[in-house]
Amino acid sequence: MNYVPHTSEDRSEMLKVIGVSSIDELFSDVPSEVKLHRELNLPAAMSEFELIKYMSGLAGKNTTTDNMVSFLGAGVYDHYVPSVVKHIISRSEFYTSYTPYQAEISQGMLQSIFEYQTLMCELTAMDISNASLYDGATAIAEAAMMASRLTRKQEVIISRAVHPDYRRTLRTYAHNLELNVIEVPFKHGATDIEALRDLVSDETACVILQSPNFFGCIENMALAAEVAHGEKALFVACVDPISLGILAPPGEYGADIAVGEGQGLGIPMGFGGPHLGFLTCRKEHLRQMPGRVAGETHDSQGRRGYLLTLQAREQHIRRDRATSNICSNQALCALAATVYLSWLGKQGIKEVAELCVQKAHYACEKLSLIPGFEQKHEAPFFKEFVVKTPLKPEELCADLLEANILGGLPLGRFYSDLSDSILVAVTEKRTKEEIDTLCRALEGLV
Amino acid sequence: MSMPLIFEKSKPGRKAYSLPELDVPKKECPDVLPDWAIRKQPASLPEVSEVDLVRHYTKLSRRNYGVDQGFYPLGSCTMKYNPKVNEDIAALSGFNNIHPYQPEELVQGALELMYEFGRDLCEISGMHEASLQPAAGAHGELTGLMLIRAYHESRGDGKKRTKVIVPDSAHGTNPASAAFCGYQVVEVKSDERGGVDLDSLREVVSCDVAALMLTNPNTLGLFDENVVEIARIVHDAGGLLYYDGANMNAIVGIVRPGDMGFDVLHYNVHKTFSTPHGGGGPGCGAIAVKEILTPFLPVPVVEKHGDRYTLNYDRPQSIGKVKGFYGNFNVMVKGFAYIRSLGAEGLRKVAETAVLNANYIMRRLEKYYHLPYDRHCKHEFVIDASRQLEYGVHTNDIAKALLDLGFHAPTVYFPLIVREAMMIEPTETESKETLDAFIEAMIQIAQLAETRAEKLQTAPHNTVVGRLDDVTAARRPVLRWTPPEK
Repeated sequence: MNYVPHTSEDRSEMLKVIGVSSIDELFSDVPSEVKLHRELNLPAAMSEFELIKYMSGLAGKNTTTDNMVSFLGAGVYDHYVPSVVKHIISRSEFYTSYTPYQAEISQGMLQSIFEYQTLMCELTAMDISNASLYDGATAIAEAAMMASRLTRKQEVIISRAVHPDYRRTLRTYAHNLELNVIEVPFKHGATDIEALRDLVSDETACVILQSPNFFGCIENMALAAEVAHGEKALFVACVDPISLGILAPPGEYGADIAVGEGQGLGIPMGFGGPHLGFLTCRKEHLRQMPGRVAGETHDSQGRRGYLLTLQAREQHIRRDRATSNICSNQALCALAATVYLSWLGKQGIKEVAELCVQKAHYACEKLSLIPGFEQKHEAPFFKEFVVKTPLKPEELCADLLEANILGGLPLGRFYSDLSDSILVAVTEKRTKEEIDTLCRALEGLV
Repeated sequence: MSMPLIFEKSKPGRKAYSLPELDVPKKECPDVLPDWAIRKQPASLPEVSEVDLVRHYTKLSRRNYGVDQGFYPLGSCTMKYNPKVNEDIAALSGFNNIHPYQPEELVQGALELMYEFGRDLCEISGMHEASLQPAAGAHGELTGLMLIRAYHESRGDGKKRTKVIVPDSAHGTNPASAAFCGYQVVEVKSDERGGVDLDSLREVVSCDVAALMLTNPNTLGLFDENVVEIARIVHDAGGLLYYDGANMNAIVGIVRPGDMGFDVLHYNVHKTFSTPHGGGGPGCGAIAVKEILTPFLPVPVVEKHGDRYTLNYDRPQSIGKVKGFYGNFNVMVKGFAYIRSLGAEGLRKVAETAVLNANYIMRRLEKYYHLPYDRHCKHEFVIDASRQLEYGVHTNDIAKALLDLGFHAPTVYFPLIVREAMMIEPTETESKETLDAFIEAMIQIAQLAETRAEKLQTAPHNTVVGRLDDVTAARRPVLRWTPPEK
């Protein structure tokens, strides 16, 4: 297959204009000693039909949640993606465009970014938002680096109850900048605030907590923020945007920076990406905010319009003194989130959150009634919780697959002290019947 | 006309959503969530009907310009056609409705795809092993530099090697990535042919250099003929070579970074391998490395054992993770489909035709615009507006005038070493007729500059908004909508 439109006549006419006799001549500046004097060793080209067949074959080797009931979460959730989202982001005016550098012909994307920023500010109750980051993990790393620049301090304190991938990503980033990352332990599923109090000092740039945390537990964010602020450290809140339909948003408990993973907002699980990192903050921190941002302005006739603004923070202007190296972000995923949140509206976001809470609590209660199973943590939770199992969690989950159930995530690979437990997620898509089926299957196993 | 925001179309009580009824016994709030955890002030999300929602975003889409709307010669961005079949394939349930923590035996197709894609990327670049984890080009740069840092540290050389050399023509992400990897950036000058100035390079290279980052062909669209010598100078001093793959479209199937002497590169899968840019992302910044850097690759690494594919986290020297999970998988699906549909010959034709197209436009425009570096270009070239400046017409005016004529503008004011630069990259998927139409538009603009400069200086005239006031936007930032005061 090929998407090159040139006829041989086109080629010879063009070569004539250029004044060379062959295309090879145009590559005469490539030293012959390094040129590849053979074809690349790749499988033979495919026609469109052959390609579809081959790729569908690969897709078919995956077992999807179409054929299984999923209680897997851990940062990626089986929330419902409404049809409108798929249709809007499939408009090729959007998806085949580049970053909106030429504002006058990119008003569609720019206005949608401005709407996205407004939605994220509303949801997190913060002042300003950027146009997106890669994902939740890198958003935490960016927030830590931003806090370090703002405070000119090198110490980052993060709860051990934050998603393991996020912490590992943070440590990778921190290593290069000699940021010192310290982990706070958790107790009963929530961050040990007394331990946090002992660790925070005037050396601390920021304290990072996730709520609901990796175990689904709701943290006492207001108290943690108070502890951080007591030593003039910034408080970074990592949140699940769906939870903010019902749970207190970062702006209500004094967070300085809010970040998180926006996959739940109309983006498929997609084997882990592309998803959506978001970052909102207080307006006094604007100049240190990483990533692109759209702003409102006017043309000479007073017509309202939008453009990428405050670019003096960014790599293409500021180079090695930029607030981040990010260039491409997750724009189309942010558009998906914008459409999704507008689809839900003020009432819908509450309802989704409420459905998650109610169903998750029903599931937790039912599971805890099965002999040998018990709710591991006593902290309040949102849509996810940890259950201690009487059998080896890995074997239990493998057995549940026989009943086409993805039973949750065995936690041993992330926390050796939780190797007897699984993490169970319940979204608005799970029905009572599915939860009951899970419980019956488990009863059959013990 | 100004277009209302979705918030301005909101009416209390209207709704687009539909959700299932609660089918479990409802518990009252205090029983499940303590009062302190509850939101006090609801989020003011817009309340609109579904048809309003669809019309709003459809209208917005019509105020946007993509490759499907027309020619998009945005230099260094490789705005080629995005094949529709790849979109269909990427939308398959088998690639979307899978969770990253599903047991490996349930995602063998996804892992096979990642493994094969990684192998293809190694073959195309002449490298040993790949990681698909970085989400975008700049993320790939940062990851690649972290590997270089880990390599030097493993040799006890980490503290000593504090500098990364970046040519003055480099993409802004290069120095930014180096800085975020904790390196001091040393800029090296370009010579009069647009390549790295070898004498300046020799001056700055010493035992404190960790790496040189190079784009080749560079942002002037010029292939650095001294690349072998450059590699030798850096390697002799114990430094490594980073290849910025933003311009890979010029060389696929013709010359490989690994063979030129580079130790690590990132791809912009969303450039070279045709995946759409999505209005700014998501991309895929996959990296590939020589054997000396493989121990440090991010975890997990996809491996093949017999017929089975696995995710290996047990890599003791790994830098760790640079992102959640495994990367932008759905973008990989499209990039892989593209490589497999074109094959070796098709990919070489991509590079050849991209270079043919760029040289054709360059030669036809050189009579009208100043060409600062008069050599065969690769997939893109840079002209400047110095001749038009005599009439008070700037590069930005030319860019805006192009919008009026139905084209996207080139990349402007970049690279920084050319004043009033316009960087033009046509890509291989554009026909001679499209190129001719663009050339005619550029000629028309050059003529207008001499006769009616003010028409250009006030452009664009035919777009949904006129030239926007960026100064006010930056001085008094309005970054979100706020409801009007009652």
